[in-house]
Amino acid sequence: MSRNVNKSAGQPGRFGPYGGMFVPEILMEPLRALEGEWRAAMRDTQFKRELNDLLRQYVGRPTPLYHAARMSAALGPEIYLKREDLCHTGAHKINNSLAQCLLAKRMGKTRVIAETGAGQHGVATATCAALFGLECVVYMGKVDMERQALNVFRMQALGAKVVSVTAGQQTLKEAISEAMRDWVTNVHHTHYVLGTAYGAHPYPGMVREFQSVIGREARRQILAQAGRLPDALIACVGGGSNSIGLFHPFLKDRGVAMIGVEAGGLGIRSGQHAARFAEGRVGVLQGTRTYVLQDDEGQIRLTHSVSAGLDYAAVGPEHAWLHDIQRAEYSYITDDEAMDAFHKLARWEGILAALESIHAVAWVIKHTCRRWTKKDVLIINLSGRGDKDVQQIAAWEQAHRKA
Amino acid sequence: MQNATRIAARLADLKARGKKGFIAYVTGGDPSLAATEDIILRLEDAGVDVVELGVPFSDPLADGPTIQAAAGRALAAGATWSRLMGMVARLRRRSEVPLLLFSYLNPLLVRGFDRTARDAASAGADGFLILDLPVEEAAKNFQTLDRLNLDHVGLVTPTSPAERIKRIVAASSGFVYCVSREGVTGVQQQLAPGAVKLLKATRRLTKLPVALGFGIATPQHAAAAVQEADAVVVGSAIVDRFHQAQHTATGRAAAARWVGTLVRAVKKV
Ligand SMILES: Cc1ncc(COP(=O)(O)O)c(C=O)c1O
Repeated sequence: MSRNVNKSAGQPGRFGPYGGMFVPEILMEPLRALEGEWRAAMRDTQFKRELNDLLRQYVGRPTPLYHAARMSAALGPEIYLKREDLCHTGAHKINNSLAQCLLAKRMGKTRVIAETGAGQHGVATATCAALFGLECVVYMGKVDMERQALNVFRMQALGAKVVSVTAGQQTLKEAISEAMRDWVTNVHHTHYVLGTAYGAHPYPGMVREFQSVIGREARRQILAQAGRLPDALIACVGGGSNSIGLFHPFLKDRGVAMIGVEAGGLGIRSGQHAARFAEGRVGVLQGTRTYVLQDDEGQIRLTHSVSAGLDYAAVGPEHAWLHDIQRAEYSYITDDEAMDAFHKLARWEGILAALESIHAVAWVIKHTCRRWTKKDVLIINLSGRGDKDVQQIAAWEQAHRKA
Repeated sequence: MQNATRIAARLADLKARGKKGFIAYVTGGDPSLAATEDIILRLEDAGVDVVELGVPFSDPLADGPTIQAAAGRALAAGATWSRLMGMVARLRRRSEVPLLLFSYLNPLLVRGFDRTARDAASAGADGFLILDLPVEEAAKNFQTLDRLNLDHVGLVTPTSPAERIKRIVAASSGFVYCVSREGVTGVQQQLAPGAVKLLKATRRLTKLPVALGFGIATPQHAAAAVQEADAVVVGSAIVDRFHQAQHTATGRAAAARWVGTLVRAVKKV
């Protein structure tokens, strides 16, 4: 069983040696205030009731745990899909955005900011900002704005300002840095809605709590539907929020394996990937100590994935810990394998999944026959829907047919 | 602390003479390490008391556009840690100017913090200011620096409450850096109103010299800053001047003359 947050001698927000608060001094007090407010809110029955009501009536929870019969028949084990793609706005991201925007309102903040890679977290935050009448600014890398153009339009339609970030490789990492720069400048009236279980304490623990609704529901649902706990949970890992949200409520269930799937991009040997556990080294990036893709100088490496939401050089600190204590295992899927799985799932189940989520599906397709049989039960977190990706997939296919 | 570092000695000497200090920031390796070496010597000639030497990092989240771009140029030109330390060692044969390394944590951790600190000490640097290492996380690293007689300058900001300031100054050596406003590095038009309050609060809690920085860009600003502070730090404005000078000898001489006007404004106070 994993040791939990806050168990390391006196230092806040630790997961074993990982996590912590590696931020400029200017953010230390705002982060402490945020932690205090979060903990107070979690003891406040009215806050919890308001959040739960909105999760039910606005987000559409609980999301179904769907038995994928044709996929199961094709692959062997009984496969269930946790349908986070059916959440309002089309991904799990809104579980966290909703709770954090409610927290921002409670703190008297009038403005929220967010970073986004695939655009799903930006859309979710823009949505909740509209719901609560908050001003919203979303930072997004220029490259991501191009490959997720549909989501840029959605955010703008929801009243958010989308700021194009042109530094570095113009993807998620630079968007986070730019959001942090905004936050240090406007910290009095602004809350930073970080979109994944990453960054300085209290974010990794707080986002995990807000996303754990996925695992709590799935655990109840699988017991009701399959009559037993699953043999394995499989989820994609960008920063790590949909995966930790699914995994966490099962941590004490020793027989339940957990597999986090990272972006293998063009393959590990190509150097163009975002598989932090394949080639990352322990370092400190954007507030936390964790596995980071970096060079011998400690400069952060460029990453690549066809999936914008997985295209990031570091991984949430709790995953680093689960990896080291071997409570979870981590693997990767390449762009090619993901594209192939996208079509397979579409034909088997009539579901177009997000390119992020499809990495988890592809891992099951690739590895199931070696590890599980008909008697086994698997849950895949289908973290989002694929509407945002169809143009990119079409373009990818055209390029690869030519090649 | 065994001996005063060059930084502490210089600031103590200024205090004894009733003078204020001028601290200048440059990014190491922008646009080349040879250029940085030359710029530091020119800054020293212009009367700068302490040089903050930026260790370039790919993801400088506390920096505004000017210093981000400078780090990008330095990395593109091949500034590595060992080359940077090589430059410091060369510089030390010609200059005793106090040198404070200004860095993010990750590039210091990658070869082991102890080895990084030993490299810095043997090259002749005098201390570190680590932007994303708050006092809660710093104890072990600061012990390493103490063993090597390197300063560790702490930062206090307008959001730091008194108990944090107390903790930060207690863990600092060399001087304490007051960040004048909420935000990232970069030039601004006026001295932030909260700056004086922060300086006074900090001074009440420490005997260390206190410097004020972030956004200072004119002789008037610099002079206003040292009304309260023992020293002023000027960063982005200097990086910008030398960049605009396009690194011709005459351009650099003009940029250094401009720094000289800021230094004189400070020395008159
Ligand atoms: C649908 C979907 N799944 C997964 C992710 C990856 O993030 P995380 O690892 O935090 O779940 C994203 C991020 O944008 C996403 O949009």
